[in-house]
Amino acid sequence: MITFDGVTKRYAGGTVAVDDLGLEVPTGEITVFVGPSGCGKTTSLRMINRMVDPTGGRVLLDGVDVTTIDPPTLRRGIGYVIQQAGLFPHRKVVDNVATVPRLLGWERRRARARAMELLERVGLDAALADRYPFQLSGGQQQRVGVARALAADPPVLLMDEPFSAVDPVVRASLQDELLRLQAELRKTIVFVTHDIDEAIKLGDRVAVLRVGGRLAQLDAPARLLAEPADDFVREFLGRDRGIRLLSFVPSGDLPLRTDLTVPVSTTASARGTAEPWLALVDDGGRPLGWIAPRSLPDSGTPADVRPEPYGTFVRGRDPLRSVLDAALLSPSGHAIAVDESGRVEGVVTREALDAALARATGDARG
Amino acid sequence: MGEEPLVRWDWIGRNLPVLRELLVDNAVMALVPVLAGLLLALPLGLAGVRWRRLYQPTVGVMNVVYSLPSLAVFIVLIPITGLATRLTVMVPLTFYAMAVLVPAVVDGLAAVPDHVRQSAVAMGFTPLRRLLQVELPIAVPVVLAGLRVATVSSVSLVSVGALVGRGGLGYLFIDGWQRQFPTPIIVGIVLIVLLAGIADLLLVGAQRLLTPWAGSRTRRRA
Ligand SMILES: Nc1ncnc2c1ncn2[C@@H]1O[C@H](COP(=O)(O)OP(=O)(O)OP(=O)(O)O)[C@@H](O)[C@H]1O
Ligand SMILES: [Mg+2]
Repeated sequence: MITFDGVTKRYAGGTVAVDDLGLEVPTGEITVFVGPSGCGKTTSLRMINRMVDPTGGRVLLDGVDVTTIDPPTLRRGIGYVIQQAGLFPHRKVVDNVATVPRLLGWERRRARARAMELLERVGLDAALADRYPFQLSGGQQQRVGVARALAADPPVLLMDEPFSAVDPVVRASLQDELLRLQAELRKTIVFVTHDIDEAIKLGDRVAVLRVGGRLAQLDAPARLLAEPADDFVREFLGRDRGIRLLSFVPSGDLPLRTDLTVPVSTTASARGTAEPWLALVDDGGRPLGWIAPRSLPDSGTPADVRPEPYGTFVRGRDPLRSVLDAALLSPSGHAIAVDESGRVEGVVTREALDAALARATGDARG
Repeated sequence: MGEEPLVRWDWIGRNLPVLRELLVDNAVMALVPVLAGLLLALPLGLAGVRWRRLYQPTVGVMNVVYSLPSLAVFIVLIPITGLATRLTVMVPLTFYAMAVLVPAVVDGLAAVPDHVRQSAVAMGFTPLRRLLQVELPIAVPVVLAGLRVATVSSVSLVSVGALVGRGGLGYLFIDGWQRQFPTPIIVGIVLIVLLAGIADLLLVGAQRLLTPWAGSRTRRRA
């Protein structure tokens, strides 16, 4: 656990970058520091590994004041990832990753073996190990940066806008990768960003800082969206808070109707049903779209019409937001639930969705 | 004299031992100062980076030294280091090399990207280890570029020493001029250019070998 205990940093020029910051970063969780430029995020982060020393208060690492620990020793136990990755241009990828183990006195072969293991962990091809950093894409460099920070298996990881220099698609995949790694590794991570969506996606808890280095709010993302502490936080969170909140509501307990699907190979006319819409499913169980039985020709089978557009969600995995999205994409107003392999499990009706939405907003407030 | 050919090959053949001696003398007097200059430039360059305020005055002094006519410096040194000694030539050349190399070391260290230095700090490098394992290696391409300039100019500057009795291949210019005999002059020029060219090629080779990663510079610009 990392504890900020009344921490203040006043730079030589007189700028107060961090003002009486008090918060706890729980072990094994991702805590995100987010806020506008210049609000003291980087300064706060660097007070953990003593790249900056506080001018007031204390930063404690598992109860020990970090200023009592010799900086190189402290830092070798704390992984650090920055925006431009900070890779050593004169060292091959594998040797970049092996840096901290080498500093810790591991012999070269063991350090390199460990580095190869980590490259695989962060999803990099072993063939990249012998390249120099300039021969990698920005996204690959960032992955190497993460691998390097993890090489000596430090319990704490500090990340300062690590993904903000790559394009949105790569950024999203790096974020997913981090969450996947964290599910395995359970590090204590402090993650700095100015992107609130990134903060909400990654954080177990999010600390919103305001300029002048004061803590505005520290909460779980859903709570932050539902109940911003003040106008500053509300404005910083931006629009569509209600919709974004639905990203935190699970879809697993939604009632499914299985009587609203019809196989495309059926020979009977579907006109008999009273339902205005049916979900058409192919022989493999995959959705084809919605059909309106009443619009079928007299003796027509479902194969005779062109299905209308549809949306799906993976039940249990996707949040309520995806269900709403799927419903909005369908003329029926219903969402098609599929399993991980894309086969239809059933349909969530507009009525069931409405009820779930009503419950969700109630829960988030309570 | 009208029938005199530009190059008399038989003269070359007869004087091979002397030519070899002059060539070696020239190489030693040119390269030892470059090496000494590099060794001196490293601590001075480091000091210039560490104490920024020292840097400009140091470069100022170096530039003044560089602007001094070499012949004048040789003559001033004769009472101290002796007439026609290697030292008289090598001491000024060492300063000339430093005038090129101190800025090269400072520029090379300044070329280390800040995020690279920061991440070295954050990983727990001690300052000395950071210097030796991160900053100096990254400065190598810039320092080597300075080293090439220093080496080539040092090789050709040696010949001025002939005027104070010790100029390596420069002796051939005086000899040829005094005797109105072009062969030694041409041979001298060719050997100096060859010597400079070979030294430069060796340095380029060293650069390829030492900094396979430096493709980053050219490729990033491309
Ligand atoms: N070394 C320094 N000396 C003086 N002032 C500094 C120094 N580093 C940062 N500051 C100032 O402290 C304040 C906080 O800076 P900091 O880098 O912590 O902000 P940040 O939240 O990380 O901003 P950004 O999102 O732009 O990275 C700023 O006003 C900055 O100008
Ligand atoms: Mg910052």
